[in-house]
Amino acid sequence: MTQYIIKRLLLLPLLLFIFSVFAFFIIQAPPGDFVTSYIAELAASGSSMDQAQIEALREQYGLDQPLIVQYFRWVGGMLRGDFGVSLDWKRPIMELIKERLLLTVLLGAATFIISWSLAIPIGIISATKQYSFIDYFFTVFNYLGVATPTFMTALVLMWLAYSYFGISVTGLFSPEYVDAPWSLARVIDLLKHLWLPALILALDGTARLARVMRANLLDELNKPYVEMARAKGMSEWRLVLKYPVHLAINPLVSTIGWYLPMLFSGSVIVATVLNLPTIGPLLLRSLTNQDMFLAGVIVLIYCFLAIIGTLISDVLLAWLDPRIRMEA
Amino acid sequence: MTPLLSVRNLKTHFFLDEGVVKAVDGVDFDVFPGQVVGIVGESGCGKSVTIKSVMQLIQKPGRIIDGQILFRHHDEAGRETIIDLAQLDPHGKTIRSIRGAEIALIPQEPMASFSPVHTIGDQIMEAILLHLDVDEEEARRIAVERLHEVGMPNPEQRLNAYSWELSGGLRQRAMIAMSLACNPRLLIADEPTTAIDVTTQAQVLNLLLTLQKQHNMAIIFITHDLGVIAQIADFVVVMYLGRVMESGPVEDIFFNPQHPYTKALLESIPSIYAPAGKRLPTIEGSIPHPFSRPSGCPFHPRCKAFMPGVCNAAIPKLKAINDRQSVSCFLYDHAPAIVEGS
Repeated sequence: MTQYIIKRLLLLPLLLFIFSVFAFFIIQAPPGDFVTSYIAELAASGSSMDQAQIEALREQYGLDQPLIVQYFRWVGGMLRGDFGVSLDWKRPIMELIKERLLLTVLLGAATFIISWSLAIPIGIISATKQYSFIDYFFTVFNYLGVATPTFMTALVLMWLAYSYFGISVTGLFSPEYVDAPWSLARVIDLLKHLWLPALILALDGTARLARVMRANLLDELNKPYVEMARAKGMSEWRLVLKYPVHLAINPLVSTIGWYLPMLFSGSVIVATVLNLPTIGPLLLRSLTNQDMFLAGVIVLIYCFLAIIGTLISDVLLAWLDPRIRMEA
Repeated sequence: MTPLLSVRNLKTHFFLDEGVVKAVDGVDFDVFPGQVVGIVGESGCGKSVTIKSVMQLIQKPGRIIDGQILFRHHDEAGRETIIDLAQLDPHGKTIRSIRGAEIALIPQEPMASFSPVHTIGDQIMEAILLHLDVDEEEARRIAVERLHEVGMPNPEQRLNAYSWELSGGLRQRAMIAMSLACNPRLLIADEPTTAIDVTTQAQVLNLLLTLQKQHNMAIIFITHDLGVIAQIADFVVVMYLGRVMESGPVEDIFFNPQHPYTKALLESIPSIYAPAGKRLPTIEGSIPHPFSRPSGCPFHPRCKAFMPGVCNAAIPKLKAINDRQSVSCFLYDHAPAIVEGS
């Protein structure tokens, strides 16, 4: 088991290298560069630049160099802990993403905990009481959850919270704490704001997860080992929780790996609607403005999280399922 | 001697959207202490549903709708009471205290009947801890003893093995060890040798017979294999389409069959003495679809001794024709029969 984890960790730098190449070239793929979109922006506001200024700008950011050189400059900087400067914000990227990253991970963790602790019990109840009133109730609830766009839920909840309770639920901090340094009061303020976006994001995931859990468990409930456990005289709940639930959860555990990056990109719209200082809106803006180094760093962080997430889910799965442990 | 288990007019039906499947439709048989009763019949004759009814393991949309399953139950104080299992709540405490403790099951597929993510030891000890008042250490000791008893090499290490790490034969042995964990008085074996090869099959059958004598258990052995029945059973119940056609001691069933169905079954066993080139006799026709049961005796459309106006008009009752065998057939019964109800 330990050997397996070490093996996986040793693969990490190689994977990161591959992903960095991909990230870099995907960012480079759209025609033009930051300067082109900067010029377009200037033109839209009525001003313009002459050719010399444009060349100077390109040279300043190293955009006149061949791609290979640009890539190694970028990667080399990151290895030294220097993520470069955002072309758009004219600020160090590290400074830009540090807090946003933390808040995104926090939001992700909260969403994850809420959706799993809702979805697994719902899935279990729906499957064990198949075709009962409560199963149909959850089915309707789940379809609504899947079918309603999250930003819509966000808007409705915002409106409800504002018109009935008079509270504003946007952002992750009250105005007085937005730029305040970290303190206990700020953490408490964060927790007061975090639950709503986490709940909104979780509802979508919960619905899907509960459907999958229900289907998996229904498959397992008819397996002979369930009947055997009954024949041993186990009580129904105890045997359901010990045997089929364990086997039904395994396939879900393997999806944890995609969870973090999916949540990052999936939450862009909700984060925009709710004005959350997370990383999603930042990525969106950097992509539209061709702020390539910032976008590259964020994409690379996504990849890194995906790798870590996959590692975590693989380790969890190996821990839960001896058959996988043996193969490893 | 009084029977350990008495099944009387058991009816278990499945209520599907398309209609009612009468999987078991009036079954009677007795099991005496220490006796091996073989239930034979083709696929779909209701033998598995019968024993699942006895253990109250019938799942929706199935239901026991009529009949009695009388069992000599030992309650916690050790008193013996006759209890009707058919009346018990399938999830209730009483049936759960009987399952695994007094009536144990050996399932058809040992591979699929162990959870693949729990060790064998965990699952055997669980059966022990559920019914016996022992601590974990004692449960482990009993589990090792049981594994040793069924001929499992290195029983201590096997406790930590998973079912998929064992060969088919060893897996079935582990299953038998689990079923015997609490010394049941009635063991129900549902085609326990179907999934394993013939050599291992013989070993498992011998093991079951040895254990049966050691523990003085009764066994209900379900199979479609007449050869296995001849090897293991004392008493045979022949089923067809949810009803008992004939029952009697094993010698009588094999050497003096009375019911046309039993006769036809035995004739279709390939014989080494048959002249070369002779066609193997088969039973005409095939098992009817569950939704279109024949009226009257369920076997009449395939029966050589079919009597028009009699066999298709009413269902013959299972009646003793001598002091050993019982048959449900109008060849032996001219008295008024139960009239087809629905």
